[in-house]
Amino acid sequence: MSNNVLILAERAGDKLALVSSELCGIGRKLADEKGGSLVALLLGGAGTHELAKGLIALGADKVLAAESDILDGYTNAAYLKVINAVLGEENPNILLVANTSMGRDVAPRLAFRHGASYAHDCTDLSIEDGMLAAIRPVHGGSAISHVRSKTDSLSIASTRAKALPLADIEEGREGEFMEIGVSVDADEIRMNFVEAKKVEAEGVRLEDAEIVVSGGRGLGGPENFEYLQDLAKVLKAAVGASRAAVDAGWVPTPMQVGQTGKIVSPNLYIAVGISGAMQHMVGAGPSKNIVAINTDAEAPIFQRARYGIVGDYKKVIPALTEKCKELMDS
Amino acid sequence: MDIIVCIKQVQDPDIPPRDFKVDEEKMDVIPPANVSPVINGFCENAVEAAINLMEEHGGKVTVMTMGDEKARDGLKKCLAMGCDEAVLLQDEAFEGSDAFAIARILAGAIQKLDSFDVILCGRLSSDWSYGTTALALAEALDLPSVSQLQKVEKTDSGLRCERALEDGVEVVEVSTPCLLTASNEINTPRLPSVKGILMASRKQIPVWGAADIGIDPASVGKEAATFEVTKFYKPVFDGNCEFIEGESLEEAAGALALRLREDKII
Repeated sequence: MSNNVLILAERAGDKLALVSSELCGIGRKLADEKGGSLVALLLGGAGTHELAKGLIALGADKVLAAESDILDGYTNAAYLKVINAVLGEENPNILLVANTSMGRDVAPRLAFRHGASYAHDCTDLSIEDGMLAAIRPVHGGSAISHVRSKTDSLSIASTRAKALPLADIEEGREGEFMEIGVSVDADEIRMNFVEAKKVEAEGVRLEDAEIVVSGGRGLGGPENFEYLQDLAKVLKAAVGASRAAVDAGWVPTPMQVGQTGKIVSPNLYIAVGISGAMQHMVGAGPSKNIVAINTDAEAPIFQRARYGIVGDYKKVIPALTEKCKELMDS
Repeated sequence: MDIIVCIKQVQDPDIPPRDFKVDEEKMDVIPPANVSPVINGFCENAVEAAINLMEEHGGKVTVMTMGDEKARDGLKKCLAMGCDEAVLLQDEAFEGSDAFAIARILAGAIQKLDSFDVILCGRLSSDWSYGTTALALAEALDLPSVSQLQKVEKTDSGLRCERALEDGVEVVEVSTPCLLTASNEINTPRLPSVKGILMASRKQIPVWGAADIGIDPASVGKEAATFEVTKFYKPVFDGNCEFIEGESLEEAAGALALRLREDKII
């Protein structure tokens, strides 16, 4: 057993995903506290070797890259096989993954197989008495749980997107780079990747938007999202929704902000007809400024808001849109 | 197609926030008075998906859970929805088990059942959000797994699964037997029919303990947990919302826009 920290980096198309940087940032910190090295692993299809080298500038001492056609599309079984082999070879003390559809899909199986502890969806990580300690929001964010690994062998954690700072970039930083062989036989993995379909929202991407206008059950129907779209157009904002609006079939799933949707961190989040259930605030909470418009003055969203208006959004939003347009034009 | 569904009962996540209380000393939630636990939402999606597959392709659905006597109500509801059989896993030794121990318990029980084609679970529980049990169970039974499903269809060689991603879908084909976890996009769970409730009330639910399923009590329960909770509390928010008012809502909206401009937010 080493004192090393291994992170499972991720690709986003032909770039490193932002979560890779978040993982490098916290991984570097933990490795320094443990007196070990930071090892980063990247898996994928063509181009993975080149991309992986970028992890050294983000703080990795050693980078392992697995590039193969069979890793081009994600399958649980093929990725597990490669990661299991790396865990056996590297013997890290800590493995960090991102709480993404890949990270959360491999971590529990890895943990069970290696007798490791696993803390899911952590917003902070540290070392306490030599053990991995984590902060986890639970009960949909209604409570916070601090946990500490009971094993001094492998501990695994997944980190929540946007909860941890990005790594500092140090151009020209030196580190070891290793290509690792992939021997995954298509017949042995009992599954095969067919295709991935990205659903691109029109206009500004939710995750990148500086301003998000979001609607919930209080809007009353799908047609009323037009009010939000008008405001969003003026503010160059993205439009989001609560799970209630998605479950009602008013808007598609990729617009969902919340625990099982997207986590956003805009400068301004305008919540319209959203009560502010904890599960929603998991996704909207990182926003720097929240404005709430709701008919119920007791709605929990107002406890998280900087500014609020109690009243009918059908009156508020058009007037807000008009005034904003005037201000933006001036 | 024979299917096993593993469910979890949770505290009703839709209780008003003021009724959500925690005991910081015991580091646990204080269940609200007069509110019954409910089947975890994603687990109910898993039950519905299992019944749909069974209705289309034949076979039977067995539902199981680990828990106290209240867990029996959850199983009854699943039977009323259309599951054929139910098993309750209950033993003092199980109390305080972490997700890995629960996976071992479920695996022990599943190995006692007849063969199966699919195990269905929910993708995450709304209470402790470990996100671990289902996939650890797949590892325990050495099954291929596909998580967070929004669609599943039978093919000649197995199942075609669509995973709901943050920004789209991923399509994967998997052979059976396998383990799948359901996301909320997959369906809207049915309400039990009156006939279903009557049929369910006549069904026996066997209770299996550690000895019945060959589980070493030392390998489960609180002592075997891989993590310990060191602190547990409700987050505090400042609640310093400034309410903007005016002669009319339109005026308030205008004032809000000006404030956002003054603050350089827009």
